[in-house]
Formats: sequence, C-alpha cells, structure tokens
Amino acid sequence: MVLQASLKNCLQLSCILRTPKVGFRSTTSGSLIIQSTSDDVYQNLAVEDWIHDHMNLENRQVLFLWRNSPAVVIGRHQNPWQECNLRLLRQKNIKLARRRSGGGTVYHDLGNINLTFFTSRKKYERMENLKLVVKALKALRPELDVHVTDRYDILLDRHYKISGTAAKLGRTAAYHHCTLLCNADKFVLSSVLKSPYKGIKSNATPSVPASVKNLFEEDPSLTCEMLLDAIAEEYATQHQTDHHITLINPADETVLPGINNKTKELQTWEWVYGKTPKFSVSTCFNMVYKDSVLDVKVDMDVKHGRIEVCNIDLPEQWLPPAVCSELVKSLTGSKFCPNETTTLAATLLRVCPQDAELQSRWNLLCENMIMLM
Amino acid sequence: VCIHRVRSCSGIHFIKSKYVCVFDKSALKFSHQQRLFRTSAVSCGQIVQFKLSDIGEGITEVTVKEWYIKEGDSVSQFDSICEVQSDKASVTITSRYDGIIRKLHYNLDEIAYVGKPLVDIEIDASKGVSPEEDVVETPPMSHEEHTHQEIKGHKTLATPAVRRLAMENNIKLSEVVGTGKDNRILKEDILNYLAKQTGAILPPSPKAEIIPPLPKSETVPAAPKDRAHKIPVPVSRPIVFSGKDKTEPITGFQKAMVKTMSAALKIPHFGYCDEIDLTQLVQLREELKPLAQIRGVKLSFMPFFIKAASLGLLQYPILNASLDESCQNVTYKASHNIGVAMDTEQGLIVPNVKNVQVSSVFEIASELNRLQSLGSAGQLGTNDLSGGTFTLSNIGTIGGTYAKPVILPPEVAIGALGKIQVLPRFNGKGEVFKAQIMNVSWSADHRIIDGATMARFSNLWKSYLENPASMLLDLK
Repeated sequence: MVLQASLKNCLQLSCILRTPKVGFRSTTSGSLIIQSTSDDVYQNLAVEDWIHDHMNLENRQVLFLWRNSPAVVIGRHQNPWQECNLRLLRQKNIKLARRRSGGGTVYHDLGNINLTFFTSRKKYERMENLKLVVKALKALRPELDVHVTDRYDILLDRHYKISGTAAKLGRTAAYHHCTLLCNADKFVLSSVLKSPYKGIKSNATPSVPASVKNLFEEDPSLTCEMLLDAIAEEYATQHQTDHHITLINPADETVLPGINNKTKELQTWEWVYGKTPKFSVSTCFNMVYKDSVLDVKVDMDVKHGRIEVCNIDLPEQWLPPAVCSELVKSLTGSKFCPNETTTLAATLLRVCPQDAELQSRWNLLCENMIMLM
Repeated sequence: VCIHRVRSCSGIHFIKSKYVCVFDKSALKFSHQQRLFRTSAVSCGQIVQFKLSDIGEGITEVTVKEWYIKEGDSVSQFDSICEVQSDKASVTITSRYDGIIRKLHYNLDEIAYVGKPLVDIEIDASKGVSPEEDVVETPPMSHEEHTHQEIKGHKTLATPAVRRLAMENNIKLSEVVGTGKDNRILKEDILNYLAKQTGAILPPSPKAEIIPPLPKSETVPAAPKDRAHKIPVPVSRPIVFSGKDKTEPITGFQKAMVKTMSAALKIPHFGYCDEIDLTQLVQLREELKPLAQIRGVKLSFMPFFIKAASLGLLQYPILNASLDESCQNVTYKASHNIGVAMDTEQGLIVPNVKNVQVSSVFEIASELNRLQSLGSAGQLGTNDLSGGTFTLSNIGTIGGTYAKPVILPPEVAIGALGKIQVLPRFNGKGEVFKAQIMNVSWSADHRIIDGATMARFSNLWKSYLENPASMLLDLK
C-alpha cells in the first residue's frame, strides 16, 4: 500500500518492520544497522527524512550507512552561491543538495562515507557517536592518531579534518550525521568548495574551511568497506545488537512508503536554492566592447532564490534606457538562476529593436549578468 | 521533550487577551467553562506563551533561522512553528497547542533563549484548554499513536488528524461518540456526526490527507450497519468544498513570454495547412539511422524537415525575413537560423540551428542533439537562443494533427508539425495503401507574405519530403 503524506500521525511502522520479507528484524526494540544500496544523494537524504519522520525511535536506535556519487551538500541555512562554485558543479555534472540538518558545506564522492545516528530526542548525544567512530578506527588501525574536537570534528594527526558533523532535531526524534574521508578526490573537493561569486552579503551560516586529509593517505590499505564494517561492528557491540547490516533500497515504496515524494522534494529548485536565506549581491565587473572597457555596477537583493530588487548601473546611453529598464523589470521576480536569465534575455531580445549593434551589446550585458549566478 | 503537567500557574504566564468580551448574561451559556477562566477577565481566547524548550547538550541559546508561521495564522498541535540553529544542529520547533499565533518574539537571525517565550498562541476558548490543566502529551513514543486531549476534565481520545478534522468542521470532540477502542474517536465518527447534523455526505476536507487504515487491533466497522438497510431519501445536499483559489504573480520567464506573445498579437496571422505523405521518408530514415548511430548521432525526422525548409527558403526568401517596427523596411536574412521549439520544465524555449543553408542533414542532426541535451540540462546559452529567422514546432511528438502556431517576432513565419499517423490513401492506380501521413500548419505575417507564396513554399517543402531523392538535386 502506498500511503499519502501526513503519515506522522497515523503510521504504525512496527507493522511494516514485522514483515519478514522486508528484512528488518522482528522486535521493535533493539538497535538496527542499515545501509543504502543507492549512491544518489537525494535518495539517501530522503531516507534520513523518512526514518526521522516515521520510525519509532523511543526504544531503538538506528545507524544508517551511505555513500554518494559526486555531490556537494550544503547545510539547511546556507547560501550555495557563497559556499561553492556553482558554475563548476554544473560543468562537471556534480549534484547540489541541501540537507535538513545544520552545519557547513561538504563534498561527497564514493571515497567518503556518511554515518547517521538516529535516536530519540532525549538520547541525542553527538560526542558519544563520534567517540564510537574513533574507537572503531583505532580498533581497525591502532596506530592512527585520530581524536574528536569540541567542535565535533574528527582530526587526523591533530591537524587534518577527516570528519564533519551536523544534526537535526525534531519533536521526538533526532539524528546526528557525519562524514568520514577515506579516499575522496581532494582536488575536486577544494575546487568546488571555493566560491567565485563576489559581493555577497548574507546571514546564512558560513562554512569554516579546514585542511582535509584522506585516511587512505595515512594508510593505503584502508578502504571504505573496511571502515563501514569496523564502525558497524563497534556500533553493534555498544548497542548489544547483531552485527548484521540490513540493506535498503531508497526507491522502494513498499518498504519506505512516501519516500519517492521526499526524494522529489529534495531535488526541487525551491528547496535547493529557494531556501537560501535572504542575501544581497553588490558587485561590479568590466565589459570589453570594441576597444573600450566599460564599468558596470550591479546591486541585487535575492529572497527565496528570486531577485527582489535589481539595479544595473551602466555607462550612460550605452544601452537605450528603455531597453535597460526592460531587462531590470524582467529580472525582478525571476529566479537568481543562469538558465532562467538566459531564457529571459533571449526571449526579450525578440521584442527589442532589431538592430545588430544593440543586440550584441544586450547579449554582452546579459552574459555578464548570468556569470553572477 | 518533556511536557510538564502544570500544577500551578507558575509555568505558564497569562496575558490578558486583546479581545476582551463584555461579560453579560449571554456569557452564562458558557458557565460550565467559567471555572476555566481567571475570575478577573473574560476573554474570547487565552493567550499562552509558548516557551523555547530544552535543546539538549546544555545549549542555552539558538538562532532563529526560519519562521513557518506568521502572526494571525492558526496552528494545530504538532505543526512546525520555526527552525532554529545551534552549533551545526538544526531544530524544528513544533507547537504544543491548537490556536492562533498572536505574537512572534523574535525576528529572523535573532538569538532566542531556551526557557524564554518564543511565540504567543491564543488558544480557542471553546476548546477550553484550562490554565490549570496543560494539554497532556503522552510520552514521545506515541506520537504515531493516539494522543489524549483533556477537554473540560474528561479525556477524549483522538489522533491529531481526527482532531483537526473536527476543528475544521467546528465540532466539539466531547459531543462525538467514539466507536474506537477505549471510546476513541475515529474519522468515521466525525463524518457520521456531520452527516447526522446536515443530512449530507461530506467529502473529506481537502486539507486532511488520506488517512491510512488503522492497525488491525484498532479497526472498527465503519458506518453503522443499519444505515445500509434504509431506503435512501433524496435530500438536498449542501456541497462543502473548502478548496481555495491561489493567486501568484507572474514572474521571470512567464513575464517574458507575455511580452513576446503580446508583440506577436500585433502581427496579422494567416494560416495554411496541408498533409504530407512521409512513407518514403520513413523508410529512408530507417536506413540512415544506424549510419548516424555509428557516428554517435541520433537521427530523428527533424533534420530532414529543417533542411527541406531551408531549401524552400532559398526559393522564397521572404519567409526568412523580418519586418521593422515601423513596417517601412523588410530585411531579408542571409542565414537560415531555423528554430526548433522545445518543451522544458520552465516552458517553451526555442533554440536555433545556425546556418542551415550550408549544413548537411547529418550536421543538422548532430547540432540538434547538442541543443537537446543542453536544453534538458537547462544549460542553453544566449547564442543558441537568439538569432533565429524561421521556426518549426514539432508539437506532434506530444500529439495533435493541425495547429495554429503563433509567429515568434521578429520572424514572419512558423510551421507546426502534427503527429505521423498511418492512414489509408489511394495511390495512382486507385488502390488503397498504407501511408504515413503528417499534417503541417503554417502561420505567416500577412503584412508581407501572401497566401500564394506560403502555398508554393509549402508545396515545395512537401515535395522534398514526399520524394526525398529530389532533395539531392538541390542540396548545396
């Protein structure tokens, strides 16, 4: 049966958990270790949401293990333009996701593992979880110099960050998730997490940059599978449960009713970009046009990812004022998005005077505006 | 989160409601509620200060990051009120009460303190949540099970969804007979109560989601069985529908479309339609598809349509022209930049294939592939989207036969291609054969293009497609 939204009030998950074919074990108490069969960041984030919303965590705790194909994940209240190089992401087809927990921006690829500790709200305790991870790492490789800081990071050799943490608390349940760098592509990581956008003023949570290192660099014999296994083992021991990892498919509606809607929501523009706290862009750029260089100053206020206010300062008469104000009027209310702006600019060009000179100036200005997004 | 049963009034601080009613004899109707109010004031609703509860880990302050409600909104218990953040943790604060938000104590990005008031909620007087008795929440484990609600001293069991249904229909839960376990009130009970009241069968309110069947231990036979035996009496049924109209401003891309189409309206359009027998072309394409595949290109019918159009434009260049605003001059465009209408998530975009007049069918196909993949990724550039001189719209891929396309300024003509259908036709010998028929609908600017020109262009284009070998003669 596929159940509609608003299941929070009515779903008795225990009846699903009791179904043998699903693979969850029989009792409604005792801890559970599950691993995702998917490497799609949106599907995996949706699983977190689902467990948070629908599972009864009063008497049980869950450890969720997952990995993603290349993606940048920003925190709930962050500004993607401030945090990463969106142009590069689009070029390289790297996904952008916004998670529901707080914290900073991270880069995921298959060389990074993600761990989510689900508990009831009362039993929410991040230090314990991180100490568990460190214990697992030390059990696997005793010579590793890893420790937990009071900022809930895990550092290697006292200096390099190998894990970052974030958490989400709801009314009755909570989760704490963290990353663990095993063998991620540090080159891509550093290039995508560097924002080229200038002049952004925002109250969004900023990320704190840190030097990172892969565990693989410390010990080339380590693989993600080994780390996942060691952590699952330690979790099983501490929670007195089977070291049995249940695989779940994040696209399976019979096990996770309503999951596909959650996945879809996480992919919407309104969630990924529209949830950015209000910010302003105040910048200037140079345009080279036929042997002259022009200074253009742009000021924009962006709310819910849409341009609320737009101001473009051009050298006088470079574009007919009517044309320029047409551009500003159309940008106002539209998404702060290169695709939307491109389409808008091209469409408006149709109703501009059909003058080649004018059209090439228009295209130049629009291309520069698009670069800001 | 622990909910404390408030024994005295120390936990909840009362503010006199703004909406003070005059205490007169009519208030005696509510005399049974008098004991719930402080003697000094009679208000329509009590304002309760909802405090920020403990976050855990010894945290005392958080930043308010998003409000889900605003002053004046009504909330139900467990609705989300706001999102706060503390040290990498994002916390959703949910309401403990049903009522109306009267005051938000913090603005966005302000620091909120644990234990201090977050919002003021006016609790509905008729629901009578007493100052002495807090809304009792059972321990968190049952947030998926039923919650208890104390109304006037006696427990009424109902799920939050059922309570919301009751609230929406102004029903007092205390007056509904519960048929569930422990006299629990089920959704069916509310609906039956309503049906009895109004003699109507109400559709479930659109706001209430479909409520899944309760777990087996809780199920109770739905509507009372004896109703089934009564002869239905036609009763005038007031239809209750609480859907609301939704108005939103037209922004961005849609605004641009409005502008373009309003400009197009100024062009006097005339239409010309015809049917094309594509039987030979279908066969040709089947033969050429694998060849194109080897070269890494997906070959559809469009490249043929586009090339044939360009060949036609060479003979009738007025169709590839542009009329200036004052209608004084016609500019014959040298390049055939043929636009292909594409349907994307945002709406209609029209990238164009540049210089079709000097491109081969294969090159056109390759370029189309590039534009299509950029289009679906939302990465088309301004260059691809501007400079078009003539447009073809393959609406037939979605469906339809004849259409009435709208010219995209500053162009003067456009063609809409319907779907290819297999239809019976007569051949030269008078025999019926299976033909692949597609309809084309042209629109042109009647200020500079006349019907005859359009007809001749269409005939030429048609002849190239019906007999693809003839294209070879004129290919440049």
